[in-house]
Amino acid sequence: MNRSLTLFPLYALISALTVLGCGPKQQSAAPTPSSEDRSSAITIKGSDTMLHLVTAWADAYMKSHAGATVSVTGGGSGTGIASLLNGTTSICASSRDVNEEEQKLAAQKGLTLHPIVVARDAITIVVNPANPVSELSVEQLKKIYTGAYTTWDQLGGPAEPIVVLSRESSSGTYMFFLEHVLNKEDYSSSAMLLPATSAIIQSVSDSPWAIGYVGLGYAEEAAQKVKILPVKKDAQSPAVMPTEATVASGEYSIARPLLLVTAGEPAGDIKAFIDSCLSPEGQKLVAATGYVTVK
Amino acid sequence: MFVREVRERLVRYTLVVCASTSILIVLLIFLFLLREAQPFLRSPGLGALLAAEWKPKSMQQVSFGLLPLITGSLLVTALATAIAIPFGVCGAVYIAEIAGPREREILKPFIELVAAIPSVVLGFFGLVVVAPLVKGTFALPSGLTAITGAILLALMAVPTIITISEDAIRSVPKAYKDASLALGANRVQTIWKVIVPAALSGIIASIMLGMGRVIGETMAVIMVTGNAPKTTLSPISSVRTMTATIAAELGEVPFGSEHYQALFWVGIVLLLATFLLNLVAMRVLKAYRRA
Repeated sequence: MNRSLTLFPLYALISALTVLGCGPKQQSAAPTPSSEDRSSAITIKGSDTMLHLVTAWADAYMKSHAGATVSVTGGGSGTGIASLLNGTTSICASSRDVNEEEQKLAAQKGLTLHPIVVARDAITIVVNPANPVSELSVEQLKKIYTGAYTTWDQLGGPAEPIVVLSRESSSGTYMFFLEHVLNKEDYSSSAMLLPATSAIIQSVSDSPWAIGYVGLGYAEEAAQKVKILPVKKDAQSPAVMPTEATVASGEYSIARPLLLVTAGEPAGDIKAFIDSCLSPEGQKLVAATGYVTVK
Repeated sequence: MFVREVRERLVRYTLVVCASTSILIVLLIFLFLLREAQPFLRSPGLGALLAAEWKPKSMQQVSFGLLPLITGSLLVTALATAIAIPFGVCGAVYIAEIAGPREREILKPFIELVAAIPSVVLGFFGLVVVAPLVKGTFALPSGLTAITGAILLALMAVPTIITISEDAIRSVPKAYKDASLALGANRVQTIWKVIVPAALSGIIASIMLGMGRVIGETMAVIMVTGNAPKTTLSPISSVRTMTATIAAELGEVPFGSEHYQALFWVGIVLLLATFLLNLVAMRVLKAYRRA
């Protein structure tokens, strides 16, 4: 048999698939229709920080509303907002505010993003229990993370190198820290970017000269393995330990709101769900998962 | 008669398509990568990839220099290969030439079991066990370094190297061995001067395949190398590999942004690197076969 003839179907298949692959991108369908869907399915996507809080809310909601299904996925705040804009999720969980670019994109699609503060989270600075340094100011933290300080003796500790640990750049915590502690300056290129909070706790408990930041809930859980440092707003102000009271009062300076974002004013099942999160029972779950209540 | 010819042709076509699937997939993946990455050529231009730093999320000045990521991947791969070669080759020689049948029966399944460990489990083991060991051994402030990643990756490459090298060593004709022994060479001389050189093409192919696994591995390195994006060739420094960068950043990157496109360029570089590695491996194999 002729060789080129044998290969012909292969070429045909390649070219067909290439044409298909390069064709115009399929846009995802319009925002999820919830009114016609009587089984009331709510999807929540977004922040990994909020994942176990939102999951707890979803479980409670499904128990009290027979027939309702709430599915929760992580992926990060940015992913969640993108999905909200594409109409693939009904609520986005976000550990940071919606930024201008995203507002603009929403306006282009004729949507308005509606953020609601449902809880607060404090970013806790953790060091090894063997570290003698007992407090840091926000300014000192900035110098540590931008690489201006490289040894602990610049901060009143021994002459040991500082091992700077950060979350990965995809994390909402990374961006919050960049904006509010680093004052938008770059992280030092020697800062290690760890993929998970558990990796930061593990490394801090293992290296005597490491410093890292994690959410309050995680830090309290790991209280035997790491030392939580009180933080001073500036050089003069007193050092404040992150606790529920100091975060709620605003005394603790590195705290952030946790939001549920909807496309447009929440209505129907979505409103019912958000109301349940803000209810006394919902806020009890906030405290139980290590975050700070808003009501 | 006619029906039979049609059927034969049909079978033949089906088989050709099946055999060509992998070519097709590689081609399509490459096209897809290029399609997602190409708007980067217009703005900010390919030159942006030559910058010295990788700072995709900077609020001062974003920078998409691939240099720290490429040196990171190269460093980890080179170290892992250097660690894996002696263990892999000596292990293969032992199993193929020296071990008795019972020893072989015990050793082989265990080596294959190492290959079957999910890389995320290995990464966790690295974080909790290997990193503190490395930290203690080299008296470092932190155990999250290139060498820690390389040790774990070597662990993944060794089974590949042993399995394929052992095959190569066993397929050396028995006459070579007999001739060497008959000429008065002892067992060690026979192994290193006759059998290993005769099996070299297979051994090199096994090393190359091991390297292919190492350079593409993601989960274990993301957990233990610290991922600091600095350009360095020091084994005891934290590095960020290309695979870790893609895995860590693609999840959150705004679709279609410059950062997104830059990550696809990282993917293209990675694909070209493995392609080159395979090409070199095939050349080496051919050259040794002729010799």
